[in-house]
Amino acid sequence: MLTIGMGALLILIGYLLGLYFFDSAIVGLVIAILVWTVLSLVGYFQGDSILLSMSRAKKIKRDDHPRLYNVVEEMKIASGLEKMPNIYIIDDPALNAFATGRDPNRASVAITSGLLQKLNRDELQGVIAHEISHIKNRDVLLMAMCSILLGTIVILAWYGSRFLIFGSMTGSRRSSSSGGGGGAQLIILVVALVFMILAPIVAQLIYFAISRKREYLADASAALYTRYPEGLASALEKLGTSTGQLKSANKATAPMYIINPFRKKGMKASDLSSTHPPISERIRILRAMAGASFNDYDQAYRKAHRGEGVIPAASIAAETVPIATINLEGEAGEPNEIQRARETSDVMWRLSNYNTITCDCGAKLRVPPKFKEPIIKCPHCGRTHQV
Amino acid sequence: MVAVYIIIGVVVVLLIIFLVLYNGLVRLRNQVKNSWAQIDVQLKRRYDLIPNLMETVKGYMKHERETLEAVTKARNLAQQVSSAGAGERAKAEGELSSALSRLLAVVERYPDLKANQNFLALQEELTSTENKISFSRQFYNDSVLRYNNQTQMVPSNIVAGMTGFKASEFFEVTVAAEREAPKVSFT
Repeated sequence: MLTIGMGALLILIGYLLGLYFFDSAIVGLVIAILVWTVLSLVGYFQGDSILLSMSRAKKIKRDDHPRLYNVVEEMKIASGLEKMPNIYIIDDPALNAFATGRDPNRASVAITSGLLQKLNRDELQGVIAHEISHIKNRDVLLMAMCSILLGTIVILAWYGSRFLIFGSMTGSRRSSSSGGGGGAQLIILVVALVFMILAPIVAQLIYFAISRKREYLADASAALYTRYPEGLASALEKLGTSTGQLKSANKATAPMYIINPFRKKGMKASDLSSTHPPISERIRILRAMAGASFNDYDQAYRKAHRGEGVIPAASIAAETVPIATINLEGEAGEPNEIQRARETSDVMWRLSNYNTITCDCGAKLRVPPKFKEPIIKCPHCGRTHQV
Repeated sequence: MVAVYIIIGVVVVLLIIFLVLYNGLVRLRNQVKNSWAQIDVQLKRRYDLIPNLMETVKGYMKHERETLEAVTKARNLAQQVSSAGAGERAKAEGELSSALSRLLAVVERYPDLKANQNFLALQEELTSTENKISFSRQFYNDSVLRYNNQTQMVPSNIVAGMTGFKASEFFEVTVAAEREAPKVSFT
């Protein structure tokens, strides 16, 4: 619904621009749609690689981080995704994760090293389930198209308003030649100008509303896949306490992250200009769920919002699904936070082609890729090692 | 003349509806088949992991012969009945799961083993495989539910009846202990 609204906005802009500059609405429409198509095509084919290279993400294999790989595979199975998504780690202490890829068969999930070491297995599962939901619900494609739509509207409105102001100051050729229609021309000018100023703002608000809706939906799917809403709730709690902003994020990619990468401390509860719903509210809804199904999420959402639901009626099944009972902390030899931090930093060194040698004295030697000597001496105890 | 066009139009529309419903049923049935195959893959993975696990823990757990033997026996039995029906199979897999969880519970008494890197890696694999088994079963049951709903609800039940789509079986857990897959507390 909202997407259609944004499309309509674009068409209206094109219409007005065409009417004013070319005396023909069709030309304006064609220009609007052309700009949109070109931007869409670039975004469609290059979007994920641009995003991943911009965020300096490093691709990992199974052996690099077996736990992360396994969790992603578990969620791939639970969601019924056909192909295993690529997994990336971003070397950044900020806590965040995102999914990308234009269709479910060539998708990627990325997680920051900060988040990876902060979360235990169940929480990691919740976060990955949320990201896989974005892939499965095709949110990546939807939000990419919407942001391109938004971008097109902003560009057209910007140029449109500049031309309008410039044209009216110099006394445009066209308005003098049309003679009698001067009054009508003036009305169109004023209407167009107001519209050019309002359109980008309205489009932006619509875009944010779509993004928030998809976040709720991804939370609901994550609860359904893991059968364990507490995992994601507890992960969001950890995410909520940190305020570090992700260095490599930008506005266009913001909706794909698990939490808003630009959020500042004490952001207002129901912020209209945010890509993500407030974390506290997402946690409250997840914890209020009686079961793990979409229906339970919708009920919990309705309770928090007095009335209106968030899940499309078509995907709500009548029955509820029981929540799995898993104990959250200290399970099955799971590494604690310090061990996770070591493990993660080992992975990051290895991904930058550093060779790690563990000395008998307990020291870890990181051998840079440029190191040429065949033998290295431990700076702590003096033992020598083969490189 | 108009009447003929209307009749042709109605027939075409009905045909299209029929095809759409039929294709939907085929898609769901394939999904059920695929997700069954996925359970199979994960169960096989578990068979493959167990000899490795035995090899690693054998040296440390000299006094737990019974527990170790129970796991090996359950594994061999499960592998034998793997071509049998869903009911028998679910039972054998349930036994295997509970034998494994008993073994992993005993591990707690062996701090040396808990520090063994090889064992830790195996344990991660085992935990994950248990999860994958239960997630693939979950997805299988969800797919069966969707498929069965389609074969029983109007109007697709008419198409299903005409073209021979039959309701599928759920993969039920038969052993109560298997509901708690070997989630072992090491604290």
